[in-house]
Amino acid sequence: MNEVRDLTHFVQWDGGRARLELAVDGITCAGCMARIEAGLAAVPAVTRARVNLTDRRVAVEWAGGKADPARVVDRLSELGFKAYPFEPARAEAEEAEAAASLLRRLGVAAFAAMNIMLLSVAVWSGNVTDITPEQRDFFHWLSALIALPAAAYAGQPFFRSAIRALTAGSLNMDVPITLGVLLALAMSVFETLGHAEHAYFDSAIMLIAFLLAGRYLDRNMRRRTRAFAGNLAALRAETAVKFVGNEIREVPIESIEAGDLVLVRPGERIAVDGIVADGRSDVDQSLITGETAHVGVATGAAVYAGTLNVTGTLQVRVSTAAAGTLIDEIKRLLDRAVEARSHYVRLADRAARLYAPVVHATALATLVGWLAAGATWHDAIVTAIAVLIITCPCALGLAVPAVQVVASGALFRAGVLLNAGDAIERLASVDTVLFDKTGTLTLPEPEVVNAAGLSPPLLALAGRLALASRHPLAAAIAAAAGAKAPLAGATEEPGQGVSASLDGIALKLGRPSFCGAGREADAAANVDPETSLIGFAHGEERYVFAVRQRLRPDAEAIVGRLRRAGLAVEILSGDRAEAAAPVARRLGIESWRAAMTPAEKIGRIAALKAQGRRVLMVGDGLNDAPSLAAADVSLSPVTAVHLSQATADAVFLGERLAPVAAALAIAAKARRVMRANLWLAAAYNFVAVPLAIVGFASPLVAALAMSGSSLLVTANALRARRVPAEAA
Amino acid sequence: MEVLVYLVPMALTLGLLGLGAFLWSLRSGQYDDLEGAAWRAILDDDPGPEAGNQELDVR
Repeated sequence: MNEVRDLTHFVQWDGGRARLELAVDGITCAGCMARIEAGLAAVPAVTRARVNLTDRRVAVEWAGGKADPARVVDRLSELGFKAYPFEPARAEAEEAEAAASLLRRLGVAAFAAMNIMLLSVAVWSGNVTDITPEQRDFFHWLSALIALPAAAYAGQPFFRSAIRALTAGSLNMDVPITLGVLLALAMSVFETLGHAEHAYFDSAIMLIAFLLAGRYLDRNMRRRTRAFAGNLAALRAETAVKFVGNEIREVPIESIEAGDLVLVRPGERIAVDGIVADGRSDVDQSLITGETAHVGVATGAAVYAGTLNVTGTLQVRVSTAAAGTLIDEIKRLLDRAVEARSHYVRLADRAARLYAPVVHATALATLVGWLAAGATWHDAIVTAIAVLIITCPCALGLAVPAVQVVASGALFRAGVLLNAGDAIERLASVDTVLFDKTGTLTLPEPEVVNAAGLSPPLLALAGRLALASRHPLAAAIAAAAGAKAPLAGATEEPGQGVSASLDGIALKLGRPSFCGAGREADAAANVDPETSLIGFAHGEERYVFAVRQRLRPDAEAIVGRLRRAGLAVEILSGDRAEAAAPVARRLGIESWRAAMTPAEKIGRIAALKAQGRRVLMVGDGLNDAPSLAAADVSLSPVTAVHLSQATADAVFLGERLAPVAAALAIAAKARRVMRANLWLAAAYNFVAVPLAIVGFASPLVAALAMSGSSLLVTANALRARRVPAEAA
Repeated sequence: MEVLVYLVPMALTLGLLGLGAFLWSLRSGQYDDLEGAAWRAILDDDPGPEAGNQELDVR
């Protein structure tokens, strides 16, 4: 059956022009970029094709109605790239807009800071030589002309956030910043009116520029992680084959509605919740429940999104998830877990809560102290404001974001993509690691364990025959044989297997009984009851392939390393005890629990948290989604179901488990550097504040102290790139 | 110090020009794809006959 692909759901219309965004797999180099753009430009009616190498995306535009979006996707696959249409999430667009707005303000603040600094240097050198008061006033008024509008525009993010915090009756980092900036500007205008020597326009605007740089780094990192998360979602976006009248049509899952009739062929993942309207099959629910044994379904049975249809063709009537179904239960648990997620207070915010009262108290004490010592009101206020300016948390604002940018780059190189901005800090405090078994400790796809028992020519034949089948286990045999081309003329008998003949010899691959290999299968089942068996017949020869879930190649090494690092490791599996026990034994994990429902997993996590433990949950199944949300921090392999991936704080790539250990090591290092940075910022204050209190904080000292400490914490942040050799 | 009369406006104008150029580059999307921009600079604008052949090879 050849169905029509309908991608119109993803096309955005803008007047007469259509625009399609695609996440593209396999753009790795500049050559790919040129090939894609040239290749797409050759498609008729396409007016513009532009690759974004940073985000691994392609935007295509064409004149209205003339080109079919499916054709663009086909053209890309001709060029050797898999493309997935993409619906830009609103959150992502907002994130991009916020980052652009910060960059704009940063540009304005940096422009103003540079120009004012130019004028200030003239004043400072003039003050010790021969500047006249008229010239100084002129320079100060010129500085005010640049500084006041620039601060009014560029400082808005801080002003707004400070007002929000104050109206909510709390303090954040932006309150002392806003107060410092406003007081510095007001005092400078006042001093200029009085023909004074010193004005702090440069300090105020430089402070805004440095802080905006920190904010922008932070925001841009979040925008990038969100873009990658969006790509992952598009790469895994599922389609469904829907009946429209007598035709069938492949449509994105978003356009399926309750009541639609959907066709699911053997080997396909069921994309919807529904009731079987016609057909009979076995369903693999391992992604939902973690259980690896298949479940039989027939007309009238309920099937769930995320499960794999193994043997027969099904027609499914889509239902909205009725109360009491498995999915509904998981969603309910997930909502509650997200709500209950302990609100983690970020390191920088904790520092700010300590910091703001201390700074304000110091400034007040300076004012009172100078008055008591007999200074004039004017001098006392000027000195107190100088304290506020010099303590303004310039380095503090850069301390954490700079490390975060460096660490997220290191994580990216280790194959870990962050979903949540504060995940690094939470990862650093983990002391207990909980693993799901199926798809997390084991590889998501089953593998043939006894391919070596068959002669290479026969194995190659079996592999080519397997390619002709849609059965998921057949894919394992094709992979084991390294087969590239399917055998011509093979016929598939649903639920049984495939058969073909080559040079007059009959070939069969499928259920052992279908291949007449029942005896061999019984023998193999006695040796290892956990495997799935596939028979193969070549003329009179019989062979039985044993296919089973295999541990990730470095699972033993990584679990060993985590335990050596002093972390408690546990397995929480939804699978049967007989399946979980051997895995736990092999990995040397004493604490394991099997046959756990999603609610029981959450219960275990809550119990551990009640003991004061910081829990990292690593899981991939739908049954893990609530526990991923309930844990302090969570990781998912990239093969996880969509809901789990969206819930997890970070996603790791590849077949190996190494990124989990690397993530913990990088996060621990990053937190050490963040702490060091906060201490550096504090140490700077210990030196600068006494100077300000005794009245030595001239604008020149403030400028030097500010840029010096900011450079210092930024340089220190680069240390987060290097992680211990064992973890990298 | 009469020199200030034209030096100061000149400095401000040059600064504003720089700022304007930055805002323009930001608006025209030049910071959207920093990695790709680095490579585009060294790509051939007009793929010659060899580039065409390469594309055929890939297919």
